[in-house]
Amino acid sequence: MTGDHQTLALLLFSSFVAVTLGITTWVGRHRQGSVEEFYAGGRLFSPMENGFAISGDYMSAASFLGISGLIALYGYDGMLYSVGFLVAWLVVLFLVAELVRNCGRFTLADVVAARMRERPVRIAAGTSSVTVSVLYLVAQMVGAGSLVALLLGGTTDAARTWTVIGVGALMVIYVSLGGMRATTWIQIVKAVLLLGGTVALTALVLVRFHGDVDRLLRTAAGRSGHGDAFLAPGLAYGGDWTSRFDFISLGIALVLGTAGLPHILSRFYTVPTARAARRSVVWAIGLIGGFYLMTIVLGFGAAALVGPDAVRASNAAGNTAVPLLALDLGGGADSTGGTVLFAVVAAVAFATILAVVAGITLASSASVAHDLYASLRRRDAEPRSEVAVARLAAVGIGAVAIGLGLLARDLNVAFLVGLAFAVAASANLPVLLYSLFWRRFTTRGAVWAVWGGLVPSVVLVLLSPVVSGSPQSLFPGLDFQYFPLQNPGLVSIPLGFLAGWLGTRTSPEAPDEAKHAETEVRSLTGAGAV
Amino acid sequence: METPPGSHHDGPYQDDPRYDDPWYDALASGWGESAGAGALEEGQPPRQRQPVGEEPPRAAADVYLEVQRSEAFQEVRSRYRRFVVPAGAAFFVWYIAYVVTATTAPALMARPVAGAVNVGMLAGIGQFLTTFLLTWAYARHARLRRDRAALELRWDTQELTRGARGGAS
Repeated sequence: MTGDHQTLALLLFSSFVAVTLGITTWVGRHRQGSVEEFYAGGRLFSPMENGFAISGDYMSAASFLGISGLIALYGYDGMLYSVGFLVAWLVVLFLVAELVRNCGRFTLADVVAARMRERPVRIAAGTSSVTVSVLYLVAQMVGAGSLVALLLGGTTDAARTWTVIGVGALMVIYVSLGGMRATTWIQIVKAVLLLGGTVALTALVLVRFHGDVDRLLRTAAGRSGHGDAFLAPGLAYGGDWTSRFDFISLGIALVLGTAGLPHILSRFYTVPTARAARRSVVWAIGLIGGFYLMTIVLGFGAAALVGPDAVRASNAAGNTAVPLLALDLGGGADSTGGTVLFAVVAAVAFATILAVVAGITLASSASVAHDLYASLRRRDAEPRSEVAVARLAAVGIGAVAIGLGLLARDLNVAFLVGLAFAVAASANLPVLLYSLFWRRFTTRGAVWAVWGGLVPSVVLVLLSPVVSGSPQSLFPGLDFQYFPLQNPGLVSIPLGFLAGWLGTRTSPEAPDEAKHAETEVRSLTGAGAV
Repeated sequence: METPPGSHHDGPYQDDPRYDDPWYDALASGWGESAGAGALEEGQPPRQRQPVGEEPPRAAADVYLEVQRSEAFQEVRSRYRRFVVPAGAAFFVWYIAYVVTATTAPALMARPVAGAVNVGMLAGIGQFLTTFLLTWAYARHARLRRDRAALELRWDTQELTRGARGGAS
């Protein structure tokens, strides 16, 4: 890449960082330092604002870079992510958004703990929330790293390392200084930028093909070297039954995982009522649906205009397909248009990563401070301000994410996000749904549901080809691969539900009818909601 | 204020359409269309109770149990479930069928329909369309059939819990 790209992209990116830091300090001036303010931004965002912020939180670099890249490389099979990521919102809309807004205060554990013995439930749900968040963070870090590798020519490991560290440092600053209010505004700005960039690129792709989608698909298929097979399922997940089950597993994890993502759940607490939460989800579904439809066009566009070979040569996992497409759409590597468009896309992708990372860090620091610290500290210990603990937690989580992000840098980001979704669907969703809808659910059931989903999903990932036993693994030299699937969802999600059921059935305590009545009445009417 | 939920509006709802509450956002235009259809039948106390005042003060927990058993709440809950259960099952089955077909019957998905567009493409786009459609249907159902009743129950319940707390202390 030429120097012009770098300079312009860095300039645009620096201005985004400046704007977001400006937002953070501006918001910080009015901060009162209350828990309500730090975790929920004062709960007074409008449905539209929150809808944009939810989209900003959800449309990660993994979607923007990863999905388009997978489509560019494997054609139709990459589309599964787009479909799954969107359909998942129906689970959120139908079963989770309003009820969680009505029952909880800041975290997932709030909803469960309202019905159960607080301490064990909070420890379990807090741990699983942090695990999910860290996995998701790693995916974003990897995305940041590969973007920079592309920008700076892909050879300097040091630049990549420093980018990951820089992103980590920025997210800690946003979160610890600005809390939820700053994070929300950063999400909104980012959502507008990302949607704007995606619309522009999609329009350019369609203009290039004179609006003829058929010709776009044919060109993509022809250039891919696979012919019509490129437009049908099977290139990435075809062949043997292992990869077919992997595909199904991923599909289930995607659709069930969203409703268990802590940073998505915490967004519902930033609006005043359940009705507003519902309307923000409707906004979000519209924005997210439009966005994922466009990523499909971008993916096939990259296959048609850049070609899978060039994409693969730049980044084996396909993460750089969209920036390369932008370069081509602008007029090629040596043109001004290409330089500008490339720089814009790179800056938007950076902005995306920063915003998503801030949202996840905030949610996980809430889990640490509100759930884990509050349950684990010694009773006689001096109670420290919860917000102070949350700020410290943000720093710690940032450090962990930086470390893992450097380790996992050669994996496809969309795929890494798939893992986070699998863990969320296994550990968080069963306990949430049981608490909201099952009359007989008990504390033991809740604790078992979390651990029974979390432990299998994490262990299965560790034993999977992702970590060892194949050339693409994290540790290619080792071989402790005993589980054939890359995505554990197919096994671990049913295990989570099963464990919750078993725990409840074997529970010596009787279910608390009054607490269940309270949860049910509150969740559907909003009585007593904060 | 020891009124059972759902019973403190004697007249039709239109007499008192506004609640004095900062969170109560102005209702969308759809509210008018539902006149009658969405409103719960008024004046149905959850169960026959002693006149106010002859009763010992209740704990807040009992209030929730009582509201849960009330007809008004059962109606809201069954309206919610009658929509969410079939709609949720339908989209889940449709999505799983899509994923399983894509991987077990790629030949079917590869069958061309028009030009380069094949069955798989149409099914994928169909997933997007059904998602948008169900979102719209759910939002409409909740707005017309549930919101008002839920809001009434909310204030009734909060009134009752406040009364219970006041009485107990």
